[in-house]
Amino acid sequence: MTREQGLQYYKTMQTIRRMELKADQLYKQKIIRGFCHLYDGQEACCVGLEAAINRTDHLITAYRAHGFTYTRGIPVREILAELTGRISGCAKGKGGSMHMYAKNFYGGNGIVGAQVPLGAGIALACKYFGKDEICVTLYGDGAANQGQIFETFNMAALWKLPCIFICENNRYGMGTSVERAAASTDYYKRGDFIPGLRVDGMDVLAVREATKFAADHCRAGKGPIVMELQTYRYHGHSMSDPGVSYRTREEIQEVRSKSDPITLLKDRMVNNNLASVEELKEIDVEVRKEIEDAAQFATTDPEPPLEELGNHIYYKEAPFEVRGPNQWTRYKSVG
Amino acid sequence: MALAGLGLRRAAVSTLRLSLTTGSPSRRRAAHFTFQPDPEPTQYGQTQKMNLFQSITSALDNALSRDPTAVIFGEDVSFGGVFRCTVGLRDKFGKDRVFNTPLCEQGIVGFGIGIAVTGATAIAEIQFADYIYPAFDQIVNEAAKYRYRSGDLFNCGSLTIRAPWGCVGHGALYHSQSPEAFFAHCPGLKVVVPRGPIEAKGLLLSCIEDKNPCIFFEPKIMYRAAVEQVPVDPYCIPLSQAEVLQDGSDVTLVAWGTQVHVIKEVAVMAQEKLGVSCEIIDLKTILPWDVETVCKSVAKTGRLLITHEAPVTGGFASEISSTVQEECFLNLEAPITRVCGYDTPFPHIFEPFYIPDKWKCYDAVRKMINY
Ligand SMILES: Cc1ncc(C[n+]2csc(CCOP(=O)(O)OP(=O)(O)O)c2C)c(N)n1
Ligand SMILES: [Mg+2]
Repeated sequence: MTREQGLQYYKTMQTIRRMELKADQLYKQKIIRGFCHLYDGQEACCVGLEAAINRTDHLITAYRAHGFTYTRGIPVREILAELTGRISGCAKGKGGSMHMYAKNFYGGNGIVGAQVPLGAGIALACKYFGKDEICVTLYGDGAANQGQIFETFNMAALWKLPCIFICENNRYGMGTSVERAAASTDYYKRGDFIPGLRVDGMDVLAVREATKFAADHCRAGKGPIVMELQTYRYHGHSMSDPGVSYRTREEIQEVRSKSDPITLLKDRMVNNNLASVEELKEIDVEVRKEIEDAAQFATTDPEPPLEELGNHIYYKEAPFEVRGPNQWTRYKSVG
Repeated sequence: MALAGLGLRRAAVSTLRLSLTTGSPSRRRAAHFTFQPDPEPTQYGQTQKMNLFQSITSALDNALSRDPTAVIFGEDVSFGGVFRCTVGLRDKFGKDRVFNTPLCEQGIVGFGIGIAVTGATAIAEIQFADYIYPAFDQIVNEAAKYRYRSGDLFNCGSLTIRAPWGCVGHGALYHSQSPEAFFAHCPGLKVVVPRGPIEAKGLLLSCIEDKNPCIFFEPKIMYRAAVEQVPVDPYCIPLSQAEVLQDGSDVTLVAWGTQVHVIKEVAVMAQEKLGVSCEIIDLKTILPWDVETVCKSVAKTGRLLITHEAPVTGGFASEISSTVQEECFLNLEAPITRVCGYDTPFPHIFEPFYIPDKWKCYDAVRKMINY
């Protein structure tokens, strides 16, 4: 890792952390409503991964999507504005927490496990167009038990698709720990006939190096590979879950103090004289400012107009009428 | 997703707070209905104050006590479930009777069919009605057709699937759906939606006892908001029987679940503002539905309004409308009117506009009278 890389990873992880904490705050002020799943604790996964693939590669994940939305190039203000349901949000305010998108980033999927077969389809397109691109397909430890995942493993291996399947194992699917949900918690082995890697998902460099290996494997035409990233979510499952009744406060505290991804990187950089504590503090200040500005934007940007209710249901050259709640109400819909 | 609560008392409390912000200062988010409790029933013995999730727990408790073959399973149910409906049951009945499944809806329902085909009683929870679709094949192709295709040799009639249903406030696309019409298209199933705690308990116990696979949709916005005096002992409320909640002479209003409370308010408004007398019917069972009660009413009033949250096209109101048109053509004084959700996905920030609230229903009544 070079100094520049280290500083960049640090800043990106810190931005995601601060963004999530800001979202938490906005939620508690009832400015963000509904379902909201935060990513703090798991920052090394998206940052390490992104450092090992190209922007032209493809990525799809579940609803815990804020971190990836940022690493795929969406600015914080558009993410927060999506959370507050404003017009400048990255999905025009129509998606909310679970549904965010960017170029080569296919979301943001609310139905647990449903994104995994899509990932294989995207990988087929990569192979078909012969552009040396790959698809990174993410899912959780809970999602790993859905039947669709196994159907997809079979197709991907059968057709040697350039797909990295990544199980972000944060030890819980809602309130259920992995031991209570899975006959085998060796998620990296659950592809059976697909090779698998188990990786420390709290260490951004481990994630980066493993992903480089996996991406090379895929680009070499050897077919799919499974990666289990062992990580942890600090927040509860969603904003309505305090996250402390199915796990102990001590457990959370222990992860925070011993394996926090940002602290790990920071210590590594300082100990190896790649950066000084002061320098990193400066980055923190810069990040805080960016987040504050973004929050200001996300709370003052206007809401989308009501006409948006009927738009984007179908592709249509000519606007058509959406049937409303009774025979007298109609909405114009444009594609 | 998910409300998430999980097993935890505090989680669930805040979960519901998130959803049911009736008293919240932001008026825009106020609930679109006022729950109107049913009178305390006298025929089933002692009653207790219960909200909707507690009355569900009470029904499940009765079922597990009475029937040693009954088991309950689903995502996070052993800690009480996201909406607290199974709180305490694992401790009371043991972890071999109340247990968590992995996250796999198709597996959950298929597994339930397997339990039921042996004659045991299977009560499956799908965490949200929105997540029932991975199990759609098992429900439609396996559960519904088992009896028919085996010439009555096999069936899974002792299977009941429960799922939280309908809008909740800020639920957006995947925590708000009302998928009853999909299942209403499937002979062999029964589909039931209660309007409150007393009804929920009696109807759920009927579903559990019924010899056909039943889907029981629970209006999740009412879990905490709806409180009634609910009998402690088990009792059954018959399936496929609608109930006339108020007699009237000018317009028949038909709904189920949360919308029943909306039409109750509409009836009051129509009486006060227009001098129009409404007959209110809670359909309760969507499949097979009570054609007779509805048609008798329309024959008398000559006008019918049906309302549901699901999108208008292909919603269950269309089925009711066309049946009533066949049966009551000459009685009709105005076109049958549906007041439903828009033909859009359930929207995120536009929920207050999407809901078929009392104003939209009232407006429809007015137009029907002036037709
Ligand atoms: C098909 C389906 N079933 C259930 C849910 C409700 N739900 C949302 S997230 C979740 C837990 C998923 O856990 P995991 O895959 O480990 O992801 P994590 O939340 O830990 O990131 C559940 C049960 C859903 N969204 N979709
Ligand atoms: Mg998880």
